[in-house]
Amino acid sequence: MPVPPPISARGLRKRYGDTLALDGLDLEVAAGTVHALLGPNGAGKTTAVRTFATLTSCDEGEVLVVGEDVRRRPGAVRRAIGLVGQSSALDEVLHGRENLVMFARLHGLSKADAEARAAELLADFGLADAADRKVSTYSGGMRRRLDIAAGLIRTPRLLFLDEPTTGLDPRGRHEVWETVRRVVAAGTTVLLTTQYLDEADQLADRITVLGAGRVIAEGTSAELKSRLGGDRVTVTLGSAADLERAAAATGGSPDAETLQVTVEAGPAGGSAALLEVVRALDREGIGVDDVLLRRPTLDEVFLHLTAPTDTDHEEVGR
Amino acid sequence: MTAVLRQSWVMTRRELLHWVREPWAPIFGIAFSIMLLLVFGYLFGGAIELPGGGDYLPYLLPGMFALSMLFGVEATMGAITNDSKRGVTDRFRSMPISSLAVPLGRAGADLANSTLQLAVLMVGGLLVGWRVTGSAADAVLAVVLLLWLRFAVLWLGIFLGLTFRSEGALMGVQVLVWPMGFLSNLFVAPETMPDWLAFLAQWNPVSATAAACRELFGNPSGITDGVLAEHAVLVALAWPAVLTLVFAPLSARAYRNLSR
Repeated sequence: MPVPPPISARGLRKRYGDTLALDGLDLEVAAGTVHALLGPNGAGKTTAVRTFATLTSCDEGEVLVVGEDVRRRPGAVRRAIGLVGQSSALDEVLHGRENLVMFARLHGLSKADAEARAAELLADFGLADAADRKVSTYSGGMRRRLDIAAGLIRTPRLLFLDEPTTGLDPRGRHEVWETVRRVVAAGTTVLLTTQYLDEADQLADRITVLGAGRVIAEGTSAELKSRLGGDRVTVTLGSAADLERAAAATGGSPDAETLQVTVEAGPAGGSAALLEVVRALDREGIGVDDVLLRRPTLDEVFLHLTAPTDTDHEEVGR
Repeated sequence: MTAVLRQSWVMTRRELLHWVREPWAPIFGIAFSIMLLLVFGYLFGGAIELPGGGDYLPYLLPGMFALSMLFGVEATMGAITNDSKRGVTDRFRSMPISSLAVPLGRAGADLANSTLQLAVLMVGGLLVGWRVTGSAADAVLAVVLLLWLRFAVLWLGIFLGLTFRSEGALMGVQVLVWPMGFLSNLFVAPETMPDWLAFLAQWNPVSATAAACRELFGNPSGITDGVLAEHAVLVALAWPAVLTLVFAPLSARAYRNLSR
């Protein structure tokens, strides 16, 4: 029998008063992957996660999590998932170890098993030294790691991480990223929400871009980037007099203000284009201040995808 | 069923650990009760005459006991608010545990806390001259009635905490419990009040508990007439039952509404 996908959602709709938080969301998450829900605030990321994690019931649509209907069999779903929400779900007054033991006991582990599992997770997450301190004394990164550990007590098949690095300093973010990589390597599927493009780029196998409760785009990071066209070579010239000549020789577009010529790479790729451009400029004897090869960033993809399109403008205009 | 009880015990144990880690909240709570006892007993008490006669201090003590049960609403609501505001409640809800475990665990912890408060207040009372002149069985029944009131207040606290989920609402309740406590027979005999106020004060649920305790402990009642003169124990059994029947289902509904 084939294993059902961790998440399979179709036509999810959820209304809060006048706002549609989810507007016909479809999502398919493959086992063993990190799937990122990327979008600005209010795009519906958290509502989607809360729906999948049985915390919120949707108005319309069908959601199967690990093959179980979240509305009809929430118990079965809860046994298979771990949730790390946006605000930390820890008891600040208790020690780190006590928190994990408490959640483990609630999961039905015996006292001895709970202690053992807590010790194991604390060691895994680099918190052994802080295990017997109050959580209120932890740094943001430590707190998040403990929070993630608490979501992993029963080694869930699916772990939800709702904006796991929001509010963390760069060091804390890297700690959390390392943690996520280890969790996935151990076989757990991760659904991650984030507003940070580099985070999705770093961690996710697949990215679903959400806007206003709908899927705007979906694919791997590379696929999304390729939507903006390929790599580009940007040449900064020493003298404005060379601008038109350089543009003609390389087939690029000139920018008089920055003295730059930008060349779109063809199917042969960025490095081939770079060599072409340099050779062409050399033949023409044009002096160059700087040459830069770069791929579009996810930021650019994101802005491009979420920017109002021309047709939207027209509709507003009417 | 054993799973529910085990989960509830884990929740209760968590609260008991809070006392060990941060004993100041319960200690200040108890110190506050003692202070109120001294303020009313000695500062205001000398000026207060009881209808039907009797000393004020033995009249006051059962009122203080009932008041500390009423004030329990703050502790319950505060804990529930705190857990829902952080992600703790959401995590519990995303785990395969019974939805009964949260309120039952809460009940265990809060009743333990209130029992301790009562014990301290009673010892304090004995030190300043309060006496139990009734039978031991009656005294035990009085304590049971007090905790029964606390149990009803628990559901009110859970309902308020789940419904408002905000610090502001908690502060509002912390202010409103004062008029709720004063508009009763806890400090002053209603018969000395204007008729309409006396009516409200007599029907305040905490009045029934206080009147029943005075009767059972053998303390002055301050009552010469009315329902509480005859049936205080019965009313003190009925009121918390009514409150529980109203607020336990409302709490359950508020809990389900979290998934809206």
